[in-house]
Amino acid sequence: MFSESVFSLTGGKAFFQEVSVWEFFGSTKWSPQFADQHFGVLPLLCGTILVAAIAALTGMPLGILGAIYLSEYATPRIRSTVKPFLEVLAGIPTVVYGYFALEFITPYLIRPFFQGLLGFDVDGFNALSAGLVVGIMIVPMVCSLSEDALRAVPRSLREAGYALGSTKYDVCVRIVVPAATSGIVASFLLAISRAIGETMAVVIAAGQSPVMTLNPLKSIQTMTAFMVNISLGDTPAGSIEYKSLYAVGLTLFFMTLAMNVLSQWWMSRFREVYQ
Amino acid sequence: MTDAPPPAVQESPATSPVNRLGKEAGKAENRLFFWTCRAAIWVSVAVLLVLLISVTKNAVGWLDWQFLSNFDSARSPAKAGMLSGILGTGWVIILTILFAVPVGVGAAIYLEEYAADNWLNRFIRLNLSNLAGVPSIVYGILGLTVFVRMFGAFGPQGWIAQWTGWVFEGFFWSEHFQTYLIPLPFGRVVISGALTLSLLVLPVIIIASQEALRAIPSSLRHASLALGATKWQTIRFQILPAAVPGIMTGIILAVSRAIGETAPLVMLGAMTFVYFAPGNLDSVSDVMQHPEGLIKAPFDTFTVMPIQIFNWVRQSKEEFKYVAAAGIVVLLAILLLLNGLAILIRNRYSKHMRW
Amino acid sequence: MPNTASSFSGLVKRPANNGETTKETRRSKIESRSLCFYYGDSQALFDISMVIPERSVTALIGPSGCGKSTFLRTLNRMNDIIEGTRHSGEILLEDQNIYAPEVDVVALRKQVGMVFQKSTPFPKSIFDNVAYGPRIGGLRDREKTAHIVETSLQRAALWKEVQNRLHDSAMALSGGQQQRLCIARALATDPEVLLMDEPASALDPASTARIEDLIFELKEKYTIVIVTHNMQQAARVSDFTAFFLKGVMIEIGDTEQIFTNPKEKQTQDYITGRFG
Repeated sequence: MFSESVFSLTGGKAFFQEVSVWEFFGSTKWSPQFADQHFGVLPLLCGTILVAAIAALTGMPLGILGAIYLSEYATPRIRSTVKPFLEVLAGIPTVVYGYFALEFITPYLIRPFFQGLLGFDVDGFNALSAGLVVGIMIVPMVCSLSEDALRAVPRSLREAGYALGSTKYDVCVRIVVPAATSGIVASFLLAISRAIGETMAVVIAAGQSPVMTLNPLKSIQTMTAFMVNISLGDTPAGSIEYKSLYAVGLTLFFMTLAMNVLSQWWMSRFREVYQ
Repeated sequence: MTDAPPPAVQESPATSPVNRLGKEAGKAENRLFFWTCRAAIWVSVAVLLVLLISVTKNAVGWLDWQFLSNFDSARSPAKAGMLSGILGTGWVIILTILFAVPVGVGAAIYLEEYAADNWLNRFIRLNLSNLAGVPSIVYGILGLTVFVRMFGAFGPQGWIAQWTGWVFEGFFWSEHFQTYLIPLPFGRVVISGALTLSLLVLPVIIIASQEALRAIPSSLRHASLALGATKWQTIRFQILPAAVPGIMTGIILAVSRAIGETAPLVMLGAMTFVYFAPGNLDSVSDVMQHPEGLIKAPFDTFTVMPIQIFNWVRQSKEEFKYVAAAGIVVLLAILLLLNGLAILIRNRYSKHMRW
Repeated sequence: MPNTASSFSGLVKRPANNGETTKETRRSKIESRSLCFYYGDSQALFDISMVIPERSVTALIGPSGCGKSTFLRTLNRMNDIIEGTRHSGEILLEDQNIYAPEVDVVALRKQVGMVFQKSTPFPKSIFDNVAYGPRIGGLRDREKTAHIVETSLQRAALWKEVQNRLHDSAMALSGGQQQRLCIARALATDPEVLLMDEPASALDPASTARIEDLIFELKEKYTIVIVTHNMQQAARVSDFTAFFLKGVMIEIGDTEQIFTNPKEKQTQDYITGRFG
């Protein structure tokens, strides 16, 4: 990874020699391939964060509630039946999820609800479908890691809770989940990191227009989608547009690296000692 | 043998309030919570089922033997086939396994059996999981720089030519194909893709192998060494065989991941529209007639199944939607087979292994 | 029987409460009627019938595996949590059979509190640990909660040590303090009965002595049942003692009588250290 940063820096440095860091991080227009070139990465960043946020809002509740069910309520038989489903969910390639978002979620779920019922305008490519689908992609990860964290809470804590006259809900929500917080937070951070780096589903479902908007019903472009777009096209290898690929890639790499490292640090710092 | 009740006691007079221990109201939150959690799991399962059903429904009628044996067609959805993708995936994956497995398993053996506990090794171990978490597209950029373009070293404009005046363009000129069999830089070819994917799955293989090696009790190692075996003999004859099921499972999982990966290969420039097979080897007869195609194939341009699917999804013609669905079914079927294989191996060997 | 338990005669005799002798009639708080208990197919308790008088300390002694902890846990239905258990017979708390179908086990456990062998503070603040019981019972009033926390900590003889750091983490306390915290936590639900399963076995002698002092104070208000494998502790602390062996209750009586003049040979054998 470090060699890649070095050489991206060479490519990227060339990039950053032509485009100032200020413009890169400050300008809100991203149009490297048009005649009127702008290199403000904010629209891409905004698109990435929008999709990741929707994914987080979808995937994290499903994941943690599912983990609570599997860890605290489900019988071993149910657990062994459900787990394969989650593994399959995790193993489906992202292009399939992209297809699902484009061909199913947008026409049969989003359009009828938002456009038909509520009267909003829904683009064919939109951030919401991509976000929903990425959310589903991260559910197995959140569920499995959170479940590990919940099961690591020692039985004696649960017993002490029952002995004080708690219901199962009390023990779950007031004792076990708070005791497993560090593991759960770590799983959230990893899931967000994955959502940020997700590529193909977003490319297919979210669109290619780098617009700065918070409206999930519109078509946007994420950092990853931009990178794919450049590669698919016939941008000449040495050009500034091509080098912007490296700059965006570098930004993406550092973002996900930061989240991963944060997740590890969090685990090591706040890991509960059940003395 | 119980005694009579101890010191004389009286039954308490009826002062205890009636039904003091009666059931409380307010169990509503208990049930509501339980059902919410249960619903979360059901929703996830339901989504999976809906996904599979909707895709299969769209694929019906479009998935046939022709689909599997035709090359792609830009104009006619009915004639489009997946052959180039299937063969391309095959080549890429075989090469990936050839690179990643020895390196990955070897690294795992080194880390578990030989490495001293110094800061370098701890650093490596710590960062393995970081590497596993890097987005695949970043691996794509890496592959692009290192394998496809080789840092811009070779070729007439490369800096080797600029500094020394020598132009390296490749090895083994082939008359039949009118090109170097091994070009430098590699360019957008199968082997670049395979090497990139190897890097991608390497952390997965290393971590899985590490787990497999760790699960072996040290008593086995000690017994072998006590009989006079060297460390390497112990590893070769005792530990590796015992770890094979775990390692195999890890390899299969890594391969499943590699098959579905699209982004890095797109970055490398795997073509989306390819209507030939790597090395022009469509069938066994081709291999017989032009065996040098076997050398060229890794250095040929290519496509893979997920990229073909991606391409079809992007087409504007409505019917390509169904073609894409058919492709997805093929891809999922292969993945399902692989995962089933992994589970089979895991179950079969866990019965053998009883420490 | 000859006085074979002379080792106990040197114990410090605690003055009886308010001049009451141990033979004073006390009302029955808990009564067990022909209780048999099964873990799956194997029977752990055989026909246990005994009465636990109110506002006293009853000790359950016996070698390990004799069923004393199992019996203790039936008194607040903690065994319900384990799968595959069943029982026959009744346990009455004052008048009510606690195993009757209309009984709310959650309310039961608020009446009958339990302290475990290994202290299990929640990974929360000291205040939140003690306030846990009242809060899940629906108490929202901050002043009342604070008052209950203070009272409970005082009763558990921990207040002075922690009053200035109520919001520090409970995990930072020492072992003995944590155990007293667990006692305070159990007292916060205002139970009538306190069950203690070897509460001091994991503590050093100084902390153990403090816990025993505490038990002596608490029995003025609460009915205490304590399981212990330390006979000296039972002799020091309890008013009544029951001896268990292999799931059967062999003998029950005044502590003084059990330790100086046991009626059953098995009791005597155990007390003199012939086994267990």
